[in-house]
Amino acid sequence: MSGGPAHELGPLLTLDSLSLEFRGRGGVSRVLDAVGLTVGWGETVGLVGESGSGKTVTALAIMGILPPQARVTGGAALFKGTDLLATDEKTLRRYRGGEIAMTFQQARAGLNPIRPVGRQIEDVIRHHTDLGRADARERAVALLSRVQIPDPSRVFGAFPFELSGGMCQRVMIAMAVSCSPSLLIADEPATGLDVCTQAAVLELIGELSSERRMATLLISHDLGLLGERADRIVVMHAGHVVESAPTRALFASPRHPYTAKLIASCPRPSVELGDLVTIPGTIPDFREPLPPCRFRFRCERASPECDQPPLPRFEVGPDHFVACWRPL
Amino acid sequence: MADLPLLHVRDLSKRFPVRGTKRMVHAVDRVGLSMYAGESVGLVGESGCGKSTLVRLIARLLDPSGGEIDFEQRPIGSIPAAVFAGRPERALIQMVFQDPTDSLNPRFTAFETIADPIRHLSSNRTRRAVEERTAEVAELVRLRGELLGRYPHQLSGGQAQRVGIARAISVSPRLLILDEPTSALDVSVQAVILHLLAELRVRLGMTYLFVSHDLNVVRLITERVLVMYAGRVVEVGPTADVLSRPSHPYTRALLSAIPAFDPTARRARIRLPGEPQSPVDPSPTVCRFFGRCPEGFDRCRLEMPELRPVGTGRFVACHLFDDRSGPDRESDTTSG
Repeated sequence: MSGGPAHELGPLLTLDSLSLEFRGRGGVSRVLDAVGLTVGWGETVGLVGESGSGKTVTALAIMGILPPQARVTGGAALFKGTDLLATDEKTLRRYRGGEIAMTFQQARAGLNPIRPVGRQIEDVIRHHTDLGRADARERAVALLSRVQIPDPSRVFGAFPFELSGGMCQRVMIAMAVSCSPSLLIADEPATGLDVCTQAAVLELIGELSSERRMATLLISHDLGLLGERADRIVVMHAGHVVESAPTRALFASPRHPYTAKLIASCPRPSVELGDLVTIPGTIPDFREPLPPCRFRFRCERASPECDQPPLPRFEVGPDHFVACWRPL
Repeated sequence: MADLPLLHVRDLSKRFPVRGTKRMVHAVDRVGLSMYAGESVGLVGESGCGKSTLVRLIARLLDPSGGEIDFEQRPIGSIPAAVFAGRPERALIQMVFQDPTDSLNPRFTAFETIADPIRHLSSNRTRRAVEERTAEVAELVRLRGELLGRYPHQLSGGQAQRVGIARAISVSPRLLILDEPTSALDVSVQAVILHLLAELRVRLGMTYLFVSHDLNVVRLITERVLVMYAGRVVEVGPTADVLSRPSHPYTRALLSAIPAFDPTARRARIRLPGEPQSPVDPSPTVCRFFGRCPEGFDRCRLEMPELRPVGTGRFVACHLFDDRSGPDRESDTTSG
């Protein structure tokens, strides 16, 4: 496929200053503002943020499957040197499912309810390869077995409603990796699943990523879960990337006030209720005029210099960036 | 504790018929528990383990298939749920549900939602009294007055859950059942709601039964914890104790699956082999965890383990902890 060794020098995916708005009756919402992030070849990057932070929209923009009311107003999404935002639908179709695959939070809703799940995997394989039906079927069964689905030949013929949430998530993962993508985007793969199933699904994604040297963008609202799985973490708040750092550095010394609060607000083994931090305020209304820093009115460290545009981006350590005038 | 329990549940069961057959799903199977006034008890387990069914039985929203529920020493288990809804005891056991926007009536304003139980269950139901009580409760949960006129879709998740809590506490319950009250919320909002719940319990002298799949949350807000698996309670004990030294193999697996949070301290996860047993007409003589249990042995498929004391305030339903026949006691094992 496209993307020779020359491209391997740079990151696999570079989101450069992606801005995006939603147009609706209530006005224009500036949902993403100059979002930048990179995913290296084979790297697992965690994308974390609370609801409304823009993490899913970012993924949809990369996949080129934004809802109709969304409009990209600037920036680029370079994948192996091709700008996904500027390319035609035909090329995108080749990439989608083949080179870049995505799994969705509601796995059962993401599957076709009236087609056997194995057939759906087979469809993806046949769209992206020259394999005949029998071979595609064989590969689909092998994938179902690889994602640890018991009795894969039987499950091949099952409909989504016959499978548990964890099983549907596994089917979706099998489908996503069926054509050996270089990048897997997994949107909240563990949310809504049981603790034990959660751990198993994340472990599976981790195994597939390393055995296929597949880069992974792991999207979650749960920082604790990313801490165990990601090489690097990108933190979003209200449509901005506020901090990105290697996982250990982020947990050891968060520099953005929001990241620090987010870590301190998570219930975790070493913390008592009294120490559990809350974050005042909510994300701002994207339709209103916004300050350069969208965390400004929730931030205890805010000062007049925070009102000067544009939002800064400082390198505060190796591969550690923070968008704050007064980092911790 | 010398006091009599606020809630005492014995051999409580709930079976649902499988449509079109005579078979039964055993959702809750002979569960026993006692709760004392002022306590906060956690109930953990995976989805489908029967924890929501159990709390709905206790909240008297569902009728049990068997067993007894005593509340303040009065039997309430045999009162049909539909009748219980109109009884004065209804006010004393209240419930907060998981998804605040889903569990609120979309056509009620926040005020209507909070006022509704007051109108039905309180002693003074004059318009003025209802308004006063609603305002008072809204203040307790720190819901700003201007939000009272809003509908659920106009509220944030955190605000909607405050309405859910306000509704539940508006009739001064003694037992508040919280079914995953924060799992649909963002972490920063979850922290706010957890603080609020801890404060309300002390301030209003309530007893909590707190259902959650998140052991980190349960640790923060409960003193005792019950672990459920496949309709049965498999472990009970002081929360800190159970979480630091889990006994039952299922509790251990559950704990090993929680994210460590510290990227330097990845722990070995205990993998559960196989699939859970079907909840449809399960064998009464096989441990429900058998087949997935990494430590199962012969006796586990011949005899259902019952809860037995294993230390101060701790109980485990597992043959591993029965002195008569651990798997290591080869001399005692009667292999059949």
